Amino acid sequence: MISFLIKRSGVMLLTALCLTFVVFFLTNLEPNLEKLTKSEGNMRMTDEQVQSWLQNNGYRQPLLKRYGEWLGVAPGWTRTADDGKEFGRCVKPDESIAQSPRFCGLVQGEWGRSLVFRTDISGIIKEKLTLTGKLMLGVLLVMAPAALIIGVIAGMREGTKTDRTLSAFSILTTSTPEYVSGVIFIVLFSSKLVGLRWFKGTATSAMENITFENFTLPVMALALYGVGYIARMTRASMAEVMTEQYIRTARLKGLSFGSVVIKHALRNALIAPFTVIMLQIPWLLTGVVIIETLFNYKGFGWTLVAAVGNNDIELLLACSVVAVFVVLITQLISDISYVYLNPRIRVS
Amino acid sequence: MERLTGTEIFVRILQQFTPVWIGLAVILFISWIFRRKLGLYGRLFSSPIGIVGLILILFWALTALFADSIVTADHLSQISGMKNKLPGWPVKGQEGAYYLLGGDNLARDVFSRMVMGSRIVLAIAPAATLFAFMVGITLGLPAGFYGGKLDTGLSFLANLVLAFPVILLFFLLVTPEIRSTGVPLALAGVLFLFPIIFFIMLFSSRYRERPALLAVLLTITIVLGGWAYTGLAFNADPLNVFYMDPNLLNIFVSVVFVNSPTVFRIVRGLTIDIKTRDYVAAAQTRGERPWYIMLWEVLPNARGPLIVDFCLRIGYTTILLGTLGFFGLGLTPESPDWGNTINEGRKLLQVYPHPALPPTIALMTLVLGLNLLADGLREESLKD
Repeated sequence: MISFLIKRSGVMLLTALCLTFVVFFLTNLEPNLEKLTKSEGNMRMTDEQVQSWLQNNGYRQPLLKRYGEWLGVAPGWTRTADDGKEFGRCVKPDESIAQSPRFCGLVQGEWGRSLVFRTDISGIIKEKLTLTGKLMLGVLLVMAPAALIIGVIAGMREGTKTDRTLSAFSILTTSTPEYVSGVIFIVLFSSKLVGLRWFKGTATSAMENITFENFTLPVMALALYGVGYIARMTRASMAEVMTEQYIRTARLKGLSFGSVVIKHALRNALIAPFTVIMLQIPWLLTGVVIIETLFNYKGFGWTLVAAVGNNDIELLLACSVVAVFVVLITQLISDISYVYLNPRIRVS
Repeated sequence: MERLTGTEIFVRILQQFTPVWIGLAVILFISWIFRRKLGLYGRLFSSPIGIVGLILILFWALTALFADSIVTADHLSQISGMKNKLPGWPVKGQEGAYYLLGGDNLARDVFSRMVMGSRIVLAIAPAATLFAFMVGITLGLPAGFYGGKLDTGLSFLANLVLAFPVILLFFLLVTPEIRSTGVPLALAGVLFLFPIIFFIMLFSSRYRERPALLAVLLTITIVLGGWAYTGLAFNADPLNVFYMDPNLLNIFVSVVFVNSPTVFRIVRGLTIDIKTRDYVAAAQTRGERPWYIMLWEVLPNARGPLIVDFCLRIGYTTILLGTLGFFGLGLTPESPDWGNTINEGRKLLQVYPHPALPPTIALMTLVLGLNLLADGLREESLKD
C-alpha cells in the first residue's frame, strides 16, 4: 500500500509539473505578453517600448527559467537601473535587492497579484473557492443521493417497467448539458413568459446569503447532468450484484426482499458508483464554469472566465493550478478508496 | 396580418419539415423490409429505445441535408422591425411570411437559424469524432498489444491530457491570439497524420503478399490523404478543394485533441483483453505480423464496444461544441450553430426566452438520439 501511494504520488507530481508547464507556456504566448504590456503601460506604446518593457520586467528570459521563477525553485530576476534603483521579481517597490528574498513563487506561497482585481491572488482564490465549494457541496448533496436511489431502484429489479422508466430518465439527463438545462430552468421557473417565477434566474445574491430561491436553479442544473451517469453506473453495478449466489441464498433463507437489498446487495453495489462520484468532481468543473457564468455567481469558474477575458495571466495561472490539483487529487482519492472499499483488489 | 396562433405555428413547422418526413419514412420503410439482412443495424428495429434514437438522429441528419428547402428566411438577413418579436409574428411587407419561432436580438429568424445550425453541428461532430477514433485506434492498438515502455509512455501522455480540465484547455487553445503562434497548426499537423498512417498500415499489413494491389492502394491513400492533409491542416491545397476556415480548424483540432485520449484508453483496454484470445494465438502461430493481428484480428473483434462508444462520443462532441459556442469561443458570432445561438439568447433570457429555447431543445434531442441509439446498439450487441 505504501509503495503504491508513493508511486502514485510521484506520477501525480510529474503530471502536475507537466500540466502547469503547458499552462505556463500557453498563457505566456507572445500576443498575450504584448496585450499585458499595453494594459500595464499604455495602449499607445510603440513596438520598441513594448519590447523594452518586456526586457526590463524579466519576460525575455528563457521560458524554463521563468517557469522556475514562477514555481519558486529558481531565484527571481533582478535588475539595477542606471539611476541605481533596484528592481526584481521578488523586490517590492522602495526596497533593495538585498532586503528581499531570493525566491518567490508558488512554493513560497507567493501567487502574485491580479492585474484586474488589484489584490493578492491567494486571497481571491481562497474567497472564490469558498463560494464554489458551497455550490459543489449543494450539488453533491442533491446529486449523489438522487443518483444512488434511482440506480438502486432501477437495478434492484432489472427489466421491469420501473427500471425502464428510470433508465430512460437517466439517458435524458445525460443528454442535457448544463447550458441546456440552465436555460430551460430559467425560462420555466423565472421568466415572464411562463410566469411561474418560483426561483430567481441569477445567483448573484447567493454569494452573500444563500436562500432556497436563489440557489435552487444553479444547483439543479448542475446536478441534473451528473445524475444520469452515476445512476446508470449504480444500476449496472446493482443489477450485477442481484444475480450473485449469496443474494439468492439470502432470499431462500427467508429474508424479505427489502432487507436483502439493504443488508446484502447495497454494500457491494455501491463500490463502483462511489469512485465514479469522486471522478465526477473534475467533470463538475466544466459545469461549474458554465453555470457560474450563466447565473452570474462569482465563484471560481466565473473568475476563470474573467481571467481569460481580461488577459490576467497570473490569475489564470493560479486558477489553472487549482483546477489541475483538484483533478489530480480526486483521481488519487478515487484510486485509493477503490482499493480500500473493495477487498478483492490488493495492491502489491 | 395577424400573428399566428400556437396551433398554426405548429402546423406550419410540420409543413416546413415535409422533405424530412418523406425521407424518414422512405429510409425507415426500406430498412424495415431488409432488416434481416442488415446485421446489427437491422436488429435495432426490435429495440424500442434504439429505434427512437435512430429516428431522432435521422431527423436531424435529414434536416441538415434539406436545410435549404426547410428554412423560411435567410438565416443571416436582418429584417427591420422583427427584433425580439414573438413566435408566429408576420414579416412586415412580405405577404404570407412569418417568423415561425420569432426573431432574435438582431431581428433574424430563429427557426431558420436553428435549421441551418444543424448543418454545422452535424458536419463537425461526427468528423471530429472520426478523427479522434483514428488517433485513438492507431495509438491504442500498439500500446495494448506490445505493452512495456511504449504503453507506459503513451498512457502517461493520455492521462496527462485527461487530467487537464477540458474547459481550461478550450480557453487556452481556442483563442484568436493563439492562431498567430501556430500551436493549432502544429497540433493539426500531428493529429491529421494519423488517418493516413492508419490506412497505410491497414493496407500494407493485409496485402503484403500482393505487391501490385498494395502499390495501387498505397498510392491512392498517399495521394488522396496527402492532398486532403495539405489542404486541411496547412491550407496549402493547390486545387483549393480541401479547405478549413482557421476558426473552424482551431475548434476542430481542440475537440479531436480532447477526445482522442479517451478513445486511446478504450482501445488499449480492449486490445489487452482480446490479445489473450485463441484466434490471436492462432494468427501468431501462422506467423502473421503484429500489425496484421492488431488491425485484422483484434480491431474487428473490438467493433461492438467501439461502435457504441462512437455514438456516445458524437453526442459528447456535440455537447463540447455547444460549450465552445456558449462561451463565444470558436466560430464567428453570426454563425447559426446551436451553442452560439444559445449564447446570444441567454443574455436576454428573462425577458425574451424564445430565441434561446429552440437551439437548446435541438441540441438536447440530437444528443438524446445518439445516447438512445448507443443504448439500443449495446443491448442488441450483447444478445450475441
